[in-house]
Amino acid sequence: MIKFTQRLLGPVTLACLAATFVLGLWVTPEDRTQKNLVRLLYVHPPIAWVALYVSFGTATIASCLYLWKRTRSMNMDRIAHCSMEVSAVFIVLTLITGSIWGRPTWGVWWAWDARLTSTAILGVFALAYLALRRANDDPVVRARRSAVFAILTAINVPIIHFSVVWWKTLHQGASVLTSTGQLNVHGSMLLAMLLGFVGFTLLFFWLLRERYRLEVKRDVASAATLDEALSLRRREGV
Amino acid sequence: MIRVARIVAVKDLRIEVRSRVLLWQVLPFGVIALLLSGLALGPTQAGNSSAGPGLFYLVTLFVTLLMINRSQAIENAPGTRASVATLGLDPAGVFLGKAFALTVELWITGLVLLAGSVLVLHTALIGTVEALPSILVTLTTLALAGTLYGALTQGGDGPATLLPVLTLPAFAPLLIAGERSYSAALHGGALWEWWVIVVVALVAYTAVGILLYGVLEES
Repeated sequence: MIKFTQRLLGPVTLACLAATFVLGLWVTPEDRTQKNLVRLLYVHPPIAWVALYVSFGTATIASCLYLWKRTRSMNMDRIAHCSMEVSAVFIVLTLITGSIWGRPTWGVWWAWDARLTSTAILGVFALAYLALRRANDDPVVRARRSAVFAILTAINVPIIHFSVVWWKTLHQGASVLTSTGQLNVHGSMLLAMLLGFVGFTLLFFWLLRERYRLEVKRDVASAATLDEALSLRRREGV
Repeated sequence: MIRVARIVAVKDLRIEVRSRVLLWQVLPFGVIALLLSGLALGPTQAGNSSAGPGLFYLVTLFVTLLMINRSQAIENAPGTRASVATLGLDPAGVFLGKAFALTVELWITGLVLLAGSVLVLHTALIGTVEALPSILVTLTTLALAGTLYGALTQGGDGPATLLPVLTLPAFAPLLIAGERSYSAALHGGALWEWWVIVVVALVAYTAVGILLYGVLEES
């Protein structure tokens, strides 16, 4: 059953993303104020959702589970590592799609806005995490240090989330769901956006699964290489 | 924990007093960096006190990186880590002790740089005195975060180059908050929202350090 679900993950993800693009580009009407620029909003918020909450959340939870002795395993470290890698890609995509939307709307590709700056800082954190992993060869040391660093970087996520509330920003506040719980998007626009959220979330888990499998294979290969080298040395000794 | 913290802090500060690295290397570097920043801006801009807070925190950032590396290098002396592990010292106490020693060193450096900022960049003295509590709290938070990140980079490849990569994104919000509260003290404006960031970070880094420094020491 699990294997069947895993096999379905790829096709369902592609179907959701294809439906989002069809709905977003052809079916939904243009916005009264933003005109065709609104179509980018079926992609940008879902990508940001994955970058900030889904992937970073997965990396943080996996890191906490690694540090907790009862659940400590290299699988948790692998999940954290792979999520952070995917997160780095999604953060870059968030910044790129945001810039494409910002140029015609605000008149600039980049603004020193609290939301934009804190998201860019999170991107640097993700790259720093990957740099830290490469600096340590011992798998246990690497796993421990990376887990601590991932938890430290997670402090930035609430800052990004509340940045539009705490500071006066160019970036708009919560616009899909208001603070009173009212929906601000209607009809086909809402459907396209929801499909985008589902599609990109599934895409994250698909990428995570594939990256995780690759990481396991790499660990097995490096262990085999080590064993081979050891047996060769033993034979030389004999 | 407090006893261990006191022992470690006294040990670090005593080493600093004897080696005089702070006095003869870090402080001159900070003063030179402040002067060069003033030169880079030119006489008109450098004389404008609005540049003072930003330059002060920029130089503080460079100095902090040097001092974190220095603080961790003390532990890299042959046998030091092994003896700390053998003594069974409480890691939370070690973290607090190292952070305290680094805080004292940063406060001294900060006061010298502030004096330089008033003299060279014509930053208003009254405003600087008003901003002093926020500056000291920001420097304390930098020391706490720096102690944690410093421990993260030790033992791996190129700790001196890895440290800025790890710390700059973490220090950025603190430096922005510190600079804004300093500017608010000089030119008027809301202080509390910047204070909140620094104080929340101070509490968060203290809690994470007490809980997780042991994990880093083990590794």
